[in-house]
Amino acid sequence: MFNYYLQLGLISLKRNPILTALMILGIALGIAATMTSLTLLHVMGSDPIPWKSDKLHYVQLDNWDPNQPYDQESGNPPDQVTYRDAQALMEAGKADKQAAMFKVAYPIQPENPEVKPFLALGRATYGDFFAMFEPPFQYGGGWDHAQDTQHGRVVVLSKETNEKLFGGQDSVGKKVRMNEIDYTVVGVLGSWKPRIKYYDLTNGTLNDPEEFYLPYTTVIENKSNASGNNSCWKNSEPGWEAYLASECIWQQFWVQLDSPARAAEYKSFQENYVNEQKKLGRFPRPMNNRLYNVTEWLENQKVVPKDVEVQVGLSFAFLLVCLVNTIGLLLAKFMRKTGEIGLRRALGASKPQLFSQYIIESGVIGVSGGVFGLLLTLVGLWMVRLLYESYANVARLDWSMVATTIALAIAAAVLAGLYPTWRACQVAPAAQLKTQ
Amino acid sequence: MYATLNTKSASNEQRNRNAKDPAMLKMSHLSKVYRTHMVETHALRDFSILVREGEFVAVTGPSGSGKTTFLNIAGLLEDFSGGEYWLDGVDVHGMNDDQRSRLRNEKIGFIFQSFNLIPDLNLFDNVDVPLRYRRFPAAERKRRIDEALTRVGLASRMKHYPAELSGGQQQRVAIARALAGSPKLLMADEPTGNLDSLMARGVMELLEEINRQGTTIIMVTHDPELAARAQRNVHIIDGQVTDFEDEPKLRSEGRGARDEGQSMEAVA
Repeated sequence: MFNYYLQLGLISLKRNPILTALMILGIALGIAATMTSLTLLHVMGSDPIPWKSDKLHYVQLDNWDPNQPYDQESGNPPDQVTYRDAQALMEAGKADKQAAMFKVAYPIQPENPEVKPFLALGRATYGDFFAMFEPPFQYGGGWDHAQDTQHGRVVVLSKETNEKLFGGQDSVGKKVRMNEIDYTVVGVLGSWKPRIKYYDLTNGTLNDPEEFYLPYTTVIENKSNASGNNSCWKNSEPGWEAYLASECIWQQFWVQLDSPARAAEYKSFQENYVNEQKKLGRFPRPMNNRLYNVTEWLENQKVVPKDVEVQVGLSFAFLLVCLVNTIGLLLAKFMRKTGEIGLRRALGASKPQLFSQYIIESGVIGVSGGVFGLLLTLVGLWMVRLLYESYANVARLDWSMVATTIALAIAAAVLAGLYPTWRACQVAPAAQLKTQ
Repeated sequence: MYATLNTKSASNEQRNRNAKDPAMLKMSHLSKVYRTHMVETHALRDFSILVREGEFVAVTGPSGSGKTTFLNIAGLLEDFSGGEYWLDGVDVHGMNDDQRSRLRNEKIGFIFQSFNLIPDLNLFDNVDVPLRYRRFPAAERKRRIDEALTRVGLASRMKHYPAELSGGQQQRVAIARALAGSPKLLMADEPTGNLDSLMARGVMELLEEINRQGTTIIMVTHDPELAARAQRNVHIIDGQVTDFEDEPKLRSEGRGARDEGQSMEAVA
């Protein structure tokens, strides 16, 4: 019977093309507005590395001012760690994998005279970074622990940087000159654009990944300052060594813990570490360590801006208005068909059969509205990308959102169809047959 | 006190024939009351009638007498307020919508004054409507549609739409639709009311032909000429039944004859 009802629905919709177009447009507009804002929310709020987000943990320690918490409102400890804590945690090596990291900016001086020197943003980190965050490699790979300990002069380039410097060729083994020092390329990444830059939320959550990656130890040896955020609650003494020994926070510290038991162990290690440091006169504040996994960390850092949530609410309200409009149009349409409804009842259709017929007709409007709404959503997202450059990565539809769009449109149309259909089925068949 | 029994005992022969025929439609002491918050309207009161299988009964009566209410209740399109109604041996009382719809679909074919074809569907699909609800397989439906349209002489115009046909042809399609499900009872509400006399005659002949092949027909009509062609006339006045036996003398005897029976008209 489904096919029969579908056929009847299509015939009926073809009969009043303008009314049909209005209904489809109404659904499509509501859907497009909702899906545009929902996509932003979905992408921003979605797990960037679902297969291991529960294993990767962000380490926080509270080394802050005894007189003033780091964040009065939330009670969160500082969102970065000091160099000396990062070093101590790296040396302890208690996690399955670990990587301290910070953002750097180096001028790159290409050998090719046609390419002018340019300033590139990079990341100083440990070799484990690549195994932890799993960026895809086009050529070569990351560096090993030996390079970390020996302050190796090696570099991993992003796909784009490799394009710029080597025209996209396999550049492994070639040299790149950065800030007057030559580094050997050990790896080139493939396309890697996590929609949320979850491994460093302190420098723009929607920023692109880095253009190059250098060993942390090498960058420290070069005495290069971080180009990311740096916060201090007391001034550091002058000089590089004093800065490294200061209470200034400027590094991110990630660990991979392969089981909940390992995470529990790491938590107690954190506690022991802070207690030891307290004995040395550091960490004057009460114990306030955190060990968030990726999704907890994104939530804690409120990666989804409040206005995106408000926008979603508003767009759902708009969808509701569109639905009310569709209800009106469907009501008008179905009420005009009371004659046919009465006739079908006389010819043996039960109420549930008629209900199915008209609900399927509403569903057809829903599918059409969904498809058209999908196109409008693409236009909407394109406009978001045009207006807000930083949303370029997140304002994109994925398959789950395409499916959601269609499902939402069908649900909306069927919902809109419920009342008119119910009303239509209340038609007294006898009354209609005389007057038709 | 069925309407058909309101006759003189003289027609024993008739009675014997009737006794052999099972009842196709039997209503006894049926009533139908429409209630609004202010007024109660008795559309049918103490309404009793018996129609046997194979009969062609004409139902006549002035406007507002309850003819259509009778047809709607008989066709299971409307509920009744009291009394009993048996359709082809099935007690209709207390049936739910689904059961009534199925019974209606299987047993009853409808023919309306205004044809009531669905303008968006071609003839084939129009005749298909009741068969779809019967859930016949596609091949069976096609066979029945072919047969029904052939029977009314429109098999060659299957792909045409109702608007492309004359009124008489449209009514033939409606008859084909009513016949396609092989119902035992055909309910016709002023089937020729919208047709000129030539077309009306054609439709009437078709109905008579259908009746000769065994289908029971109940036809509501205003037209005394058409009513006269039926085997039996039932007259409804003020929601009550007056039955004329199918012997001409009863009709010509007029009021006196009727008074001898338990005619409701007399009460009215």
